[in-house]
Amino acid sequence: MSKRYLIPGLAATLSLVAAPAFAAVDPEVVYILNSFSFLVNGALVMFMAAGFAMLESGLVRSKNTATICLKNITLYALAGIMFYAIGYNLMYMDVTGYIGSIMPWSADDAAAVAEKGANFEAGYSSSSDWFFQMVFVATAASIVSGTVAERIKLWPFLIFTVILTSLIYPIQGSWTWGGGWLTKLGFVDFAGSSIVHSVGGWAALTGAIILGARRGKYGPDGSVHPIPGANMTLATIGTFILWLGWFGFNGGSVLALGSAGDVVAMANVFANTNMAAAGGVVMAVVMTQILYKKVDLSMALNGAIGGLVSITAGPDTPTLGSAILIGAVGGAIVVIAVPMLDKLKIDDVVGAIPAHLLCGIWGTLAVPFTNADASFVTQLTGVIAIGAFVIVTSTIAWLAIKFTIGIRASAEDEDMGLDKAELGLEAYPEFGRGAHSI
Amino acid sequence: MKFIMAIIKPFKLDEVREALVSLGIEGMTVTEVKGYGRQKGQTEIYRGAEYEVNFLPKVKIEIAVNADQVERAVEAISNAANTSKIGDGKIFVVDLEKALRIRTGELNDQAL
Repeated sequence: MSKRYLIPGLAATLSLVAAPAFAAVDPEVVYILNSFSFLVNGALVMFMAAGFAMLESGLVRSKNTATICLKNITLYALAGIMFYAIGYNLMYMDVTGYIGSIMPWSADDAAAVAEKGANFEAGYSSSSDWFFQMVFVATAASIVSGTVAERIKLWPFLIFTVILTSLIYPIQGSWTWGGGWLTKLGFVDFAGSSIVHSVGGWAALTGAIILGARRGKYGPDGSVHPIPGANMTLATIGTFILWLGWFGFNGGSVLALGSAGDVVAMANVFANTNMAAAGGVVMAVVMTQILYKKVDLSMALNGAIGGLVSITAGPDTPTLGSAILIGAVGGAIVVIAVPMLDKLKIDDVVGAIPAHLLCGIWGTLAVPFTNADASFVTQLTGVIAIGAFVIVTSTIAWLAIKFTIGIRASAEDEDMGLDKAELGLEAYPEFGRGAHSI
Repeated sequence: MKFIMAIIKPFKLDEVREALVSLGIEGMTVTEVKGYGRQKGQTEIYRGAEYEVNFLPKVKIEIAVNADQVERAVEAISNAANTSKIGDGKIFVVDLEKALRIRTGELNDQAL
């Protein structure tokens, strides 16, 4: 049972029932603490947008830096607007099983602020909940941005972002977090290994295939020509910011802070989230040392993300040791899958497909190892259903954009760099040329 | 007058400059360059795939000296830039026809 599908007031009631030994917490205090958790954790998740922007800036060439920064801030803005206009109610309002309602969202907190007879049955302020859910959809959109970087045109990408955040993400999200058919089946995805990360990953995969590889990435004989990123320092700070934001992503997904039980749950989630990332990093560092005789920093960074995505479906139930192992498998998936994608000539600039899609699938399937309420068959059903839905809808969206306004920058613009072609701006006008510019 | 062009490893620049200053050679021009000789390039690895970096970063020093200074200057550069490992670079010496100090109009040896 997804904890996102808590009917108003249930959070407070549940925590009281679950912890009968404690004195009852005043409902207004519960209301305040739950809302506080949504707001602070949501703000942490919002900052993940900065993490994605820095990670992607570091892994593209400097001639595409300004464009990737613009894409990241604009997609974050669009995600919020679309989630207000359509997405939230499509995901959470009167979900029939497969889809919610189509209307803009509006706050309803009259009961809590009534001058006479105020009641706090809602459990939290509605805007705090809206804000917390909104920053998740932005994360899904950020995942796509890195994979298709350096060759997609700006406006077609933004149009895809609108479709993803207003329709694709909310509809599949309603199946689980909106209380739809997957929740009724018993599918468990605590903070969104599948619902957020795999969704972004599937959309990135279809986009990368339809868009094609960057010019020069693959030789006609199948050889791989790596295109090193411009700034590994930025990529590293970006990964650290994502790691920080993930405490809000998973911790806030406890959805309540109104009792000692809630606090214990959130603390466990924080600790497990950290350890899964640690497992992913160490696994990637050790594996690249063994496989390539050199440690690969970009893989270590992807390993952190892979570990974080892996634990996201169930950060509440594992022990710290299990969390390390779940994350370590995520790190291994990244190291194995990155060269495999190159063999398939799928050009993923930042490694989002291994880290978000494949680790998202692994994390979702791993939930039954530590959570007796989850079953492998149900988890697999969710992975396949969400995957099939996003593959079909995102493919239609990408192709529709491709055959109307086009998605790919011209070869000339790609060679010159999208910063000059799309923005008429260089990211580093006062510095020397990059090491690989000859 | 001779014109000396030396291609050296970038981290040797300070030692070479000090050696030349101690000989009384008072000016030089330095350029960051890329190239390869017998060292060829080097192999780097990124995200599991190896690639060749064909042009390695070097520093090019250009100095103009009197004919009687040239052997000591070449020796000084060679000693200072030597690591005994491949990729130390090369020194080229060519005849210099004319030199002129723009500010004063002094010519040749007076201009160095």
